[in-house]
Amino acid sequence: MAVAEIELARTPKRRGYWAGVLHRVSGDPVAMVCFVVLMALILSAIFASWLPLQDPYKASMIARLKPIGTEGHLLGTDEQGRDMLARLIYGGRLTLLIGLMPVVVAFFIGSALGIVAGYAGGRTNTIIMRTVDVFFAFPSVLLAIAISGALGAGIVNSLVSLSIVFIPPITRVAESVTSGVRSADYIEAARASGGNALTVMRVHVIGNVLGPIFVYASSLTSVCMILAAGLSFLGVGVKPPEPEWGLMLNTLRSAIYMNPWVAALPGLMIFITSLCLNLLSDGLRSAMNVKD
Amino acid sequence: MSQHTAPDQTETLPDTLPDIGGPAQPLVVCRDLKKHFPIHGGILGRQVATVHAVDGVSFEVRKGETLGVVGESGCGKSTTARLLIGLIAPDEGKIIFDGQQLGEEMSLRELRRGIQMVFQDSYASLNPRLTVEDSIAFGPRINGLDDPRGRAREMMNRVGLEPARFAGRYPHEMSGGQRQRVNIARALAMSPRLVVLDEAVSALDKSVEAQVLNLLNDLRRDLGLTYVFISHDLNVVRYISDRVLVMYLGEVVEVGPVDEVYAAQAHPYTASLFAAMPSMDPDHRTTVPPLSGDPPNPIDPPTGCRFHTRCRYAEDVCASAKPLLRPFGDSTEHCAACHIHDPESGHSLAGSGFLPKGTPQ
Repeated sequence: MAVAEIELARTPKRRGYWAGVLHRVSGDPVAMVCFVVLMALILSAIFASWLPLQDPYKASMIARLKPIGTEGHLLGTDEQGRDMLARLIYGGRLTLLIGLMPVVVAFFIGSALGIVAGYAGGRTNTIIMRTVDVFFAFPSVLLAIAISGALGAGIVNSLVSLSIVFIPPITRVAESVTSGVRSADYIEAARASGGNALTVMRVHVIGNVLGPIFVYASSLTSVCMILAAGLSFLGVGVKPPEPEWGLMLNTLRSAIYMNPWVAALPGLMIFITSLCLNLLSDGLRSAMNVKD
Repeated sequence: MSQHTAPDQTETLPDTLPDIGGPAQPLVVCRDLKKHFPIHGGILGRQVATVHAVDGVSFEVRKGETLGVVGESGCGKSTTARLLIGLIAPDEGKIIFDGQQLGEEMSLRELRRGIQMVFQDSYASLNPRLTVEDSIAFGPRINGLDDPRGRAREMMNRVGLEPARFAGRYPHEMSGGQRQRVNIARALAMSPRLVVLDEAVSALDKSVEAQVLNLLNDLRRDLGLTYVFISHDLNVVRYISDRVLVMYLGEVVEVGPVDEVYAAQAHPYTASLFAAMPSMDPDHRTTVPPLSGDPPNPIDPPTGCRFHTRCRYAEDVCASAKPLLRPFGDSTEHCAACHIHDPESGHSLAGSGFLPKGTPQ
């Protein structure tokens, strides 16, 4: 009887798959720290207008390129004398939007295309994957510039062009992961139980392929932010004087010899954001992997 | 051991498909099944060759029996199993389930309710991200059977896994034997009449294998199931089967009641297969290989009798004419496809009642 009780106690508590993932990721300190940092960045960007900050657009000829720690300008000022702290926090709005939105959109579209291509195989696979290959023929920067140029400058258009740029690589990854899972015996068994393609994909495929696709997609967010900065620099993305980290990095380039610390701040923000995103997605991936 | 009638049946699984043809009607009849896999090559992906995986296989599975299927790797056993459960469509031939032909009187969906399969690799055949209970309940749920969870738990009880302990576990938290029990439970949860066991116990260690075999025997007796048992282990096949079917290179070479085939093998290939069984007696060591070489390539199978390239009794007739399955000796049940047993074939040993030897004399 004692043995039975011990066995019963050892049996893990029953919870759904995604509830289990959340439970496991919340026990991962690195992932949680990254999550907190990201939340702080996102919330401060959203609620920037309510924070006690200076006007991010107010320039001053006298207070140009003040160093970090100057009275009234905690993180110094940029080449036009605008407060860096305010610009960095306000800049988070556009940067995070441009960095995350295209990847999120591409994640859904690319995963759907890739999973269908990988599961269906044959002609469907050929049609989807060869179409995707056409996009691969262009370097991603060039493709983004071409689409943005065709659509015209503006934030919405750069979101669209960046989404299109990231669909092909995500589709490729999703397809290769799915075709690996498709030949597994448990998919055969599910089909033998009478499951149609949609049910089998929903119950048996998605849970087993989403992890790797997710990790790959999250690694694209930092690339996406840098691409967006490039678009802004070329005049087909965000336009000055809008604060945006990539654009700020570009405009502060010339100040790198005079005040390197201030010039590096937007880059530091991009670095912190993408590092946190990568570590958080790593944590999520291992939480999705029930075997570990 | 060779009982062909359904044994004393005490119960059936809920929602089992009704028996239509009565006990004399075979549960499954396969007629001249063919499955050829194309091989594409070149830049344009043209078909350059064909693998004759299953080439004209006919057999029947009687109600309540266990049909053992044996043969070398690559002889088409697993392809036959996949054809049988409708995972792949045959290029030619018919599958008739309880008198109803697949594709005419019976849909694939209905066939899948009637036939389920247990795979060899107990780990690969369970979704690593689903709990055991969810895996077992998947089939009943998507087929709209009532109370999938209750069924799953009942099936777990039947295969000897306590639901309170195992229902919430993931496949990697169980041993190989336990996982194979889960696979059996999953197959049974669909209330099938026929279960195809494709090397279902081959990957288990011997003591666990024996337990699972006994479980399978008990389930068959209690629930009136029919098994097709695919294996390369002749001892296991002898233990569990009523009849045995021997395949070579996509064809049936011999079929018969298990005791008759074990007593006297009519086909030279079967004889060699049995001679390759390790003996428990040190005085009967296998010193000469019963057969040499590999089976010929199924892309380009030999003409006539497919075994003639490795057969030590092969003569000219074997390379030119294809032998048909004919009754062997006095038995009506025991059939073999060999010219030696066809008096009109022109083989020098034909009609002499010669029994092929497994090893070179």
